[in-house]
Amino acid sequence: MPCTGRVAIIHLMKALEKGADGVFVAGCLEGDCHYQAGNLRARKRVAYVQELLKSIGMEPERVAMYNLSAGQGPRFAEICREMTERVRQLGPNPTRKNGERKEKAA
Amino acid sequence: MIMAKPKPIQEIINVIKGFDKVLLAGCNGCVAVCEAGGLKEVEILASALRMYFANQNQTIQIDEVSLTRQCDKEYLAEIKEMVPNYGAILSIACGAGVQFMAEMYSEKPVFPGVNTNFIGVTLEKGVWSERCAACGECILASTGGICPVARCSKRMLNGPCGGSSNGKCEVSKETDCGWHLIYERLKTLGQLQRFSVPNDPKDWTTSRDGGPRKIIKEVSQA
Amino acid sequence: MNTLTPSNLEKVLAAGHFAVTSECGPPRSPDMAIVDEKVKEVGPYVDAINVTDNQTAVVRVSSLASCIRIKQLGYDPILQMTTRDRNRIGLQSDLLGAGAWEINNVLCLTGDHQSFGDHPNAANVFDLDSTQLIGVVKKMRDDQKLINGFEMTKSLRMFIGAAENPFADPFEIRVMRTAKKVAAGCQFIQTQCIYNMDKFKLWMKGLVDAGIHEKCAILAGITPMKSIGMARYMKAKVPGMDVPEDIIKRLQGVPKEKVADEGIKMAIEQIEELKQVPGIRGFHIMAIEWEEKVQEIVKGAGLYPRPKMD
Repeated sequence: MPCTGRVAIIHLMKALEKGADGVFVAGCLEGDCHYQAGNLRARKRVAYVQELLKSIGMEPERVAMYNLSAGQGPRFAEICREMTERVRQLGPNPTRKNGERKEKAA
Repeated sequence: MIMAKPKPIQEIINVIKGFDKVLLAGCNGCVAVCEAGGLKEVEILASALRMYFANQNQTIQIDEVSLTRQCDKEYLAEIKEMVPNYGAILSIACGAGVQFMAEMYSEKPVFPGVNTNFIGVTLEKGVWSERCAACGECILASTGGICPVARCSKRMLNGPCGGSSNGKCEVSKETDCGWHLIYERLKTLGQLQRFSVPNDPKDWTTSRDGGPRKIIKEVSQA
Repeated sequence: MNTLTPSNLEKVLAAGHFAVTSECGPPRSPDMAIVDEKVKEVGPYVDAINVTDNQTAVVRVSSLASCIRIKQLGYDPILQMTTRDRNRIGLQSDLLGAGAWEINNVLCLTGDHQSFGDHPNAANVFDLDSTQLIGVVKKMRDDQKLINGFEMTKSLRMFIGAAENPFADPFEIRVMRTAKKVAAGCQFIQTQCIYNMDKFKLWMKGLVDAGIHEKCAILAGITPMKSIGMARYMKAKVPGMDVPEDIIKRLQGVPKEKVADEGIKMAIEQIEELKQVPGIRGFHIMAIEWEEKVQEIVKGAGLYPRPKMD
C-alpha cells in the first residue's frame, strides 16, 4: 500500500479471521506523512481493532502500530523480532486453531 | 439524518447465539453516514462475530448483505430469496428499518444491532450532533433557526433557564446552551425584542405525544 | 392598597413593608414532624414560607402536602411548582387542589434537570416552562378558566411569583427575561442567592430603568455561608452561582470556629446594603439545613417583628 491511511479496519480483521497470529501496521514516522495524516488515521484504526478484539475475548496485542522510515532497515528487523516474540508468547490465533479442528473433524 | 450507535457486541452475541445461520443486514442510508450500519460496518461486525463464535467452537454461519435502504419495501424485497435460508436476521439499520424488516419477514426473528439515537448533523468526521426532535410543528422561524425543543435540555420555549453558564448547559459542560445560541443568533439578526414576548404553551399533539404519526400525500410528484 | 388575594405576603408588600420569606425543604420520608419543626423555627420571623418542589430533582414529600400542613399551623405557604415532573393536566390539578386548601402563593419554576437528582434515569416532562406556568395561574385567577378555556365556578386566588438568576448567562438577557415573566403575570420575584453584589446591582438598575420594579416586587435571595467548604462548593459546583473570591477570602480570614458567625454577619450586612438598592422590596432567606439561623438574621437586619396584616 502506498500509505497506511489506506489500511481499513476490515483489512486487519480479515487477516485475523483468516488465521494470522498477529498483524502489525508499519507507517511512516508521525509528522512525516506524505498525505498529511494517513499514519495517524491508521493508528486510530489499530486502536479500534484492539478494542474490538477485547470485546470478543481476543488479545488486543495481536495487532500493533509501528512508525519508522524507509531508511530504518535495522529498526524494521527489530520490530519484526519484537512482534514475532510477542505473538509467540500469545500462542496461535484461536480462530485458526478452531478452524483446523473443524476441518479435521469433517 | 437519523443517527445511531452500534450496540455492544456482547449484547448482539447474546441474542444470536442460539441460531445456526444469521443474516447480517446493513442499510446504506442514514446509518451508513454515521458509520453505524452501512456496508463497512456489516463487514467488520460479521468478521468479529465469526471470529468470536469460531473461538467458542460454535458453528454459526454469518452472512452479509447491505441494502440501499431498509425503510422501503422494494429494497427489503431484494433479499426475499435469501431470507428462508436463515434462522434469524440481525439488522443494523435504524429502528424504523429493523421494524420494517420484521414486518416484511414476519416469520423470522429480527434483532437490532444498533441503538437509534436522534436526527442530527455531521459536525466533523466521527462527530454527530442532535438538531431536530421531530415535534411536528416547526418553530425555527421565531427562534433564529435554532430549535429549543431539541437543543434545550428542558425544551423550554422561554429560555434560557437560570442554569446557563458561559454558554453551556447546566446538564453538561460539553453541551451548548440552546438558548444562549438563540440569543447570539437573534442579536446578529437584530431581533432581540423577541425575548420580551412570552411564547405560548406548545401544542404537542403533532409530536409523539399525539400517538404514532402518519403522513399521507394524496398526489405524488412522480 | 389593592390586593388580589388573601396572601399575607401580598398584603405585606402592598402595605409598603420590606417582605421577608424563607424556605422549607420537605423530608425524603413520609414524616410531617420534620416539616413542623422547620416551620416552627422560621414561621414567626417571616411573612411567608416557600416549600420546595423536589428540589435538585430529589424525591421528597410533595410541596402541596407540606403547604397544607403549613397553612394548618397558621403560616402563609408559597407553593413551589416545577414543570419538570407534571404536564399541564397535573399542574392545573395541583393548582386546583392548592386553591381548594386556600394556599394563596405560588412560585412558578421550570426546575433543575433530573440528571442532578436521585432518579437520573427518569423521563422528564417540560410540557410547559416557568413563564408559561405563570400564564396558566394568571388565567385561572383572572379569567377563572383553565388554559383550555374551561370555565371554573370559582377562581384561583394566587399571588404569583417566579425565580430569577441574575448571574446566569447571557447576562444581557436577564432583564428582558424578567420582563417577559412579568408580562406573563408574575407579581414577585425571588432571586438566586446573591454574592456578587456589583453584578446584582447592575441587574436591578436594568429592572428599574425598564420600570419592571413597579409591576413586580423583587425579593433579594440571601444564603448565609456556613463554612468555607460550602462557599467553595457553591462556587464550583452549583450551576449559575456566582461566588466572588473575596467572599471566600473573608471567611478564611477568621478562626475556624468563627466562620459560621462570620457567614451570618455577612448575610446581615448584605441585607443592610440591599435595603438601599432602588427596587428591592424584600428578602428571601434560604438558610439551607440551617433554619435555626433565620431568626438571628431577621433580627440582626432589623426586620423583626414582622407586620401583622389582616
